[in-house]
Amino acid sequence: MNTRPANPQEPVHVITPESIPDWGAVNPRRTAGPSEDPTGDAASNAVAGGMGVELRDLHAYYGQQPAVRGVSLTFAPNRVTAIIGPSGCGKSTMVRCINRMHEEIAGASTTGQVLLDGRDVYEHGLDVVSVRRAIGMVFQKPNPFPTMSIFDNVAAGLRLTGTKGVDLQERVEQSLVGAGLWDEVKDRLGSAGAGLSGGQQQRLCIARTIAVEPDVILMDEPCSALDPIATLRIEELIDVLKERYTIVIVTHNMQQAGRVADSTAFMLSGELVEMGPTSQIFTKPNDDRTEQYVSGRFG
Amino acid sequence: MSELVPISARRRRTDVMMRGLLATGTMLALVPLGFILYYLVRRGLGAWSWHFFTSDPTGRFLGDPGGIKSAIIGTILIVALATVIAVPLGIAVALYLVEYGKRGRLANIVRYFIDVMTGVPSIVFGLFIYIVLILSGGLGGFAAWKGSIALALLMLPVVTRSSEVVLDLVPNGLREAGLALGSPRWRLILRVVLPTALPGLITGSLLAIARAAGETAPLLFTAFAVNATTFNIGRQMNSLPIQIFNDVRQAQDRIVDRAWGGALTLVVMILLATLVARLISRRSHKA
Repeated sequence: MNTRPANPQEPVHVITPESIPDWGAVNPRRTAGPSEDPTGDAASNAVAGGMGVELRDLHAYYGQQPAVRGVSLTFAPNRVTAIIGPSGCGKSTMVRCINRMHEEIAGASTTGQVLLDGRDVYEHGLDVVSVRRAIGMVFQKPNPFPTMSIFDNVAAGLRLTGTKGVDLQERVEQSLVGAGLWDEVKDRLGSAGAGLSGGQQQRLCIARTIAVEPDVILMDEPCSALDPIATLRIEELIDVLKERYTIVIVTHNMQQAGRVADSTAFMLSGELVEMGPTSQIFTKPNDDRTEQYVSGRFG
Repeated sequence: MSELVPISARRRRTDVMMRGLLATGTMLALVPLGFILYYLVRRGLGAWSWHFFTSDPTGRFLGDPGGIKSAIIGTILIVALATVIAVPLGIAVALYLVEYGKRGRLANIVRYFIDVMTGVPSIVFGLFIYIVLILSGGLGGFAAWKGSIALALLMLPVVTRSSEVVLDLVPNGLREAGLALGSPRWRLILRVVLPTALPGLITGSLLAIARAAGETAPLLFTAFAVNATTFNIGRQMNSLPIQIFNDVRQAQDRIVDRAWGGALTLVVMILLATLVARLISRRSHKA
């Protein structure tokens, strides 16, 4: 496991879309090592814990029905990558393949490779539980555990994974600070997590996710159930979180992709149409279909 | 644009008529319940006394018939043992069905047999235990624990079915959240699924307990009955339903009165158990 900065006040590494070179932009068959740092900025990798993820010819099925058809792409470490596309294009399914949640659905199956820092998470004999510890997930609907207090919700990840030798108090506080929720809940850690507002619940879920210290965080439309102000707070949070984690965010909201993502991938009918720096995808995409989608002509 | 008009006389009539019909139906259904409670309290309360609860039946036809102490203790012991067997087993089966078996072949076969078991008359369970555990020899004759097993068989489908429904109601998002955190499934079940479903599991188990506590038939030829209080589950044991069954067939009014007293006692015991469980589940839910 990676060592992480103890100090959450670490200066935020500012990235503008222009500062990102055109890494693997339109070539989905790219095979470069996933741990390669696309910015060439080795220092950002040294302090941060995010790991790269590479998909190679990933197919996903529900029974016989294909949902993802041969996607190959790379999520760079410590970057936010947005997945956009119309409903039913397979973006959620693809993301759920990364932490092997897809296979929890009856009849669902996957082929291809998902490399986490070079290692295939579908490797035979690999413990799926260890994969999910390394790759956290935030869901569309905030889902705090209803029987647990705020404190227990954040500690739940550590307890559920049987992690020993961690100062729970300290880790819960760090995680809540990290999720930008500490000041709002520090005086009522014992009250029910389900009593928070929707936006707070979602940040609680983010705190729960980062408490187990994953390397990658997958977000499946994390703001679609939230109001604009709560959404803004989560987006600000994502910007800070990428300092320490690799983030993949599925979103229906193209403005959101534009605001938070360093690069954006556009999917259609289970296939990756194109991927590149967010500014490029939204201003001068290479593919006509992308152009039509981002300009709102379909989807 | 459609016109706004006052409600028509015909619709108003139909409304009044249907409401009246439903209210009458409700009243009709409540009448027997009301009479049962009325007679239970009127005739049962008269039999209650300190002596009634603290002495065993004497078995004499003349003079003091004694109380129902051995029957109360017997019912508590037999039902408690049946609960210890049936509730964990029933919840375990429900967990298998919901968390692992899902819509698979084996799970559906299990579901089918559970449904069949629900419809089996209680006397059949008694008969089954009588043949397998008593007539077969080797395990001795009538014994309280055999009655408990017969009751447990009766409770099992009730516990399983109600637990399955409740576990199914636990939102799938919670399971996904736990799994995505890297929780093994067994720990997720223990720490998230079961606590979330707890109030419903308690209610379901209570239904089964209440049903079993009033059953006479499975105990008739398994635990049988004796007059004296015993704590030995390897022996014959008295119980409230059997006591009521025996008493109500006697010619003496005092003994028939004891049946009423025993019936009221049984109802109150079940009521108390339900109340206590409700309080526990409400408390645990708040914490």
